[in-house]
Parts: sequence; C-alpha cells; structure tokens
Amino acid sequence: MRNRAANLGDRRFQRTLMALSGSVVSVLGLIAVYLVKLSWPAIREFGLPFFWSTDWDPVKDHFGAGAFIFGTVTSSFLALLIAVPLSISVALFLTELAPRKIAALVAFMVEMLAAIPSVVYGLWGIFFLAPLLRLHVQPFLSRHFGWVFLFQGPPYGIGMFAAALILAIMVTPTITAICREVFRAVPETQREAALGLGATKWETIQLAVVKSSWSGIFGASILGLGRALGETMAVTMLIGNRNEISASLFAPGQTMASVIANEYAEAESSTHIAALAYVGLALFIVSFVTNFIARRIVLRLQGGASR
Amino acid sequence: MKLTLEPILSAKKVNAYFGAFQAIKDVSLDVAPHSVTALIGPSGCGKSTFLRTLNRLHEEIPGARFEGEVLLEGEDIYARGMDPVQVRRKIGMVFQKPNPFPSLSIFENVVVGLTLAGVRNRHLLEETAESALKNAALWDEVKDKLKAPGTSLSGGQQQRLCIARALAVKPPVILMDEPTSALDPISTARIEELLGEMKKEVTVIIVTHNMQQAARCSDHTAFFLLGELVEHARSPTLFSNPQDRRTEQYITGRFG
Ligand SMILES: Nc1ncnc2c1ncn2[C@@H]1O[C@H](COP(=O)(O)OP(=O)(O)O)[C@@H](O)[C@H]1O
Ligand SMILES: [Mg+2]
Repeated sequence: MRNRAANLGDRRFQRTLMALSGSVVSVLGLIAVYLVKLSWPAIREFGLPFFWSTDWDPVKDHFGAGAFIFGTVTSSFLALLIAVPLSISVALFLTELAPRKIAALVAFMVEMLAAIPSVVYGLWGIFFLAPLLRLHVQPFLSRHFGWVFLFQGPPYGIGMFAAALILAIMVTPTITAICREVFRAVPETQREAALGLGATKWETIQLAVVKSSWSGIFGASILGLGRALGETMAVTMLIGNRNEISASLFAPGQTMASVIANEYAEAESSTHIAALAYVGLALFIVSFVTNFIARRIVLRLQGGASR
Repeated sequence: MKLTLEPILSAKKVNAYFGAFQAIKDVSLDVAPHSVTALIGPSGCGKSTFLRTLNRLHEEIPGARFEGEVLLEGEDIYARGMDPVQVRRKIGMVFQKPNPFPSLSIFENVVVGLTLAGVRNRHLLEETAESALKNAALWDEVKDKLKAPGTSLSGGQQQRLCIARALAVKPPVILMDEPTSALDPISTARIEELLGEMKKEVTVIIVTHNMQQAARCSDHTAFFLLGELVEHARSPTLFSNPQDRRTEQYITGRFG
C-alpha cells in the first residue's frame, strides 16, 4: 500500500513534468503564431505570388521569394542526388560486406560527420572545397561537359554546386544511419533464400535487401531532405548569396535559409522584415511537413521490423 | 548399408566447424536418387549444419569451415574452381520458416531462380511457374492471384510457394530443413503428401525432429547425435530394428 504523502508527491511530480512537456509543445505553437504575426504585412501585401515572383528589391520595398525557393529546392535535391546513392552504398557496405570491426569503425566515423558543427563545414567548404572546385573540378566539367547548360559560365568555386556538395556531405550520416537500420532489419532468412537459389552476393543484396527496403530508403531520403532544406550556416557561407535564378550550377544563388541569415540584421523597412519572416514561415511549414512525413514512414517501418 | 543404385549425392568424411567448435564429425552418407532421406536427432546435434554443407551454405556464416567431399552425381561440389553459386542452382533448399520475397509477387517468387539464371522468355517462365506450382500442390489456390505479393498467402501456402520456387529450377536435389515445424497440422500433412510426389522429380533430404514424420514419409533415415552420424538405414528398418543402442534410446523417446 502506498502512503498518502508519497502519493501526493507523485502527483506533484507528474504535474510538474506535464507542465514542462506542455511548455515545450507550446513553443512550437508560439513560433508558428509569431511567424504568422511577424510576416502578416508581407502576406497581406504580396499574397501567394510571393512564392514565384523573383523580384526581391529592398530599395523599392518589393519582395518575392521565387529565387530562394528555387535555390533551396535545387541545392537540396542536388544534395540528395549525391547523398542517397552514396548513403545506400555505405550502408550496404556496412551491413552486408564489411567485416564487423571495419564496419564498426566506418559507422563511427560516419556518425562523427553528423557531430561536426555546421559552421565548421562552412569553413572547410570555403577554404578547401571551393578552391578545389574552382581550380580543378569546374574547369574539368566545363571542358568536357560544357555543352550542358548546367556546367556553363565562369568557375567561381563558391555557388550552387559547392552548396549542394556540402549539403550532400552533411545529410549523408542521417541517410546512412537510417538505411543501415532498414537493411539490418531484413531477416537473415531472406538472404539465405536468395543464396540458396544460386544468387551471387550482389544479386542477394539486390533481391533480398534492397528490393524490400525501398520504402525505408525513401523515408531516410525525406529525412535527409528535411535537414538539407533548413540547413543555414554552411550553405550561407558557400552559395554565394546572389538573388537570382541561374541555369548553371557554377553560378551563385540564394536559399530561403541563407537569405534570412544574410539580411535580417540589415533589414530596415518593416516590409523587408515581414518578407523575411514570410520566407521563414514557408521554410518552417515545408520542414515541418517533410519531417512529419519522413518520421511517419520510418516509424512505421521500425514498427514493422520488430513485429 | 548398400544402395542398389549409384548414389546421386555422396558425402565423404564431412567435418564442419564454427570457429573452433566442431559441429559435424566425419560424417559419410550416400543418398539414392529419387528417394527421401530424413535426418533426425536431438536439437543441436548438427542436422542443419550438415544439410547446409550439402549446398555450400555453411560457408556463408562468418568463421565457418568445412572439410571433406560432397559428390553430386560423382562430382565434388567442393572441388577447386567449383562455384558455390552454380552448386546451389543444382541443390535447392527449403527453410524452416517460409521465406518468400515480400517485394515479389507469387509468380515472381516462383520463377526468381530462373530469372536469376538469366531466363527472360515470358512464355517459358509462365509454363514453369504453372508446373512448379502444380507440383507443389498450390496451383489451384493461387492461379487467380499470381500478381499478389508472395507474403499475402497463409503460412502453409507460403511454404508450398517456397517449395515451388525450389522446384522451378529443376534441381536434381532439394534440401529441406524442418519445413513443417512452423506450420499447422493440416499444412504439415499436405507437405508430407507432397514429398511422395516430389521424389518422382527430385531427390529430397529432409531434416525433421519429428520421428513420426520421418517414419511416414522417408525411404531412408539417418540418425545424428552430437555431430556424428550414428546410424543410417531404410526407414522401416531403422525404426523397427535399430542396430545402435543410442538410436534405440532416441526412437523410443528415452532422450532428445
Ligand atoms: N552460426 C553458428 N555459430 C556457432 N555455432 C553454431 C551456429 N549454428 C549452429 N551452431 C552450433 O552447432 C551445433 C549444431 O547446430 P545445428 O546444426 O543447428 O543443430 P540442429 O539443426 O540439429 O538442431 C549446435 O551446437 C549449435 O549450437
Ligand atoms: Mg536445425
């Protein structure tokens, strides 16, 4: 039997925890409400065309976020285009091929990549990656693939290409970790079924592991996308921060996150601030929805795997 | 024991290890073509391990090692230059738990061995699927839903699907590792019935821990204990007149 005092203590404890959890949840709501409030003048003035107008002109107080949306979408998808195949390969290597000790070491290092602060990626990008791109990679690409519009124009180093690469490196640990879990959840009996039918190692990986993991890989990619969409510091340092849409990947650009980071301190007119908040609101909603979808997919798979 | 026919499969002085642990000790066993051989023995005595040396699946386990010879139609499957992938196309396997590929349809599951071998001819695939499913006594139940996922079937049906999948590549030998232990009695009876039919086409080696099953559906029975082959004889003989005391103790239920 419990004594009453302890019971009362229990209840107080419970209520405190509940209140604290509630306050964390309400922060989410407060941010959303505040973003709407702050951006309200811009929502009223520019409405939905804000999202496709590319005219962002603080001098004339006219704002459209089209170029940043283009920049965010392009850099994130480009990053995924690189990171997803890379992550799948690394995760397959870790679960299917590597001896246990090597797998543990590589997995640890990949996880450490996720622990590096964004600004450090930015520094590395500016002082190592960008010069490498400017002096070697981009000249090579324009020499051999210059007829493709993506690889035209002067090689600045810094620009969309550099931002996408750094994003790819930054989201790889996330996608790899989830893919690894998804592949590990494939029962050994599936691999043996394939081997027993005379499948080679490679065919076994395709048939037993990859084919049954597509939805998990998709969930992992969306989670990576969520990270890439909102990533600010490293991208701001590397994308070149120019408010225009350019067909070439070598050209500088701007993302939703980077324009806010760049301009909030200097924004003078209230419309400018509202417009930045409007961009922030859009980014908030997109990240929220992306993460929500990804978590739903990944959680469902984890539930399914442990059944 | 003398076999009247040349053995189709012949294990000679097989030793199998997991790291330093020796799971199979000097086992030699001849298997007659178009027969069913049952491997019995208490849990952990090495039945599965021995079975998995017969299609070179044992070596897929990290740290596993093999010594000896296994002749399939006179040819050593462990000979230098023998490709385990090719060996496994000739020696099919059905596992303890039904394991159809969840991402493949019933039809794709049945013919997956053929598609792995590079067969693309749609007509041939359809023909093979039908005959394999008929031989596995599953055709009537699935002929109208061949496009449904393999995992949408019941457990017993899934196991017959796995049998059809093994039969479809027409291997001379099929290994079965307790194929009914995860199934209900009715599904078990259907698969036991099937064994009698199957041996017209293939030679079957089946692990079972159910002695009644061994007595009911096998021609020969091999009794394993602690990694050794204790006794191998025609099933009626082994069950009615065992030569070794340990066999007698096991089949009369005094251990295991
Ligand atoms: N993957 C493995 N690693 C190490 N030891 C194993 C492994 N699989 C089986 N063994 C051991 O080998 C012996 C034989 O196992 P097994 O062939 O599975 O027996 P059975 O199928 O007759 O129940 C047992 O002692 C078991 O513990
Ligand atoms: Mg076993």
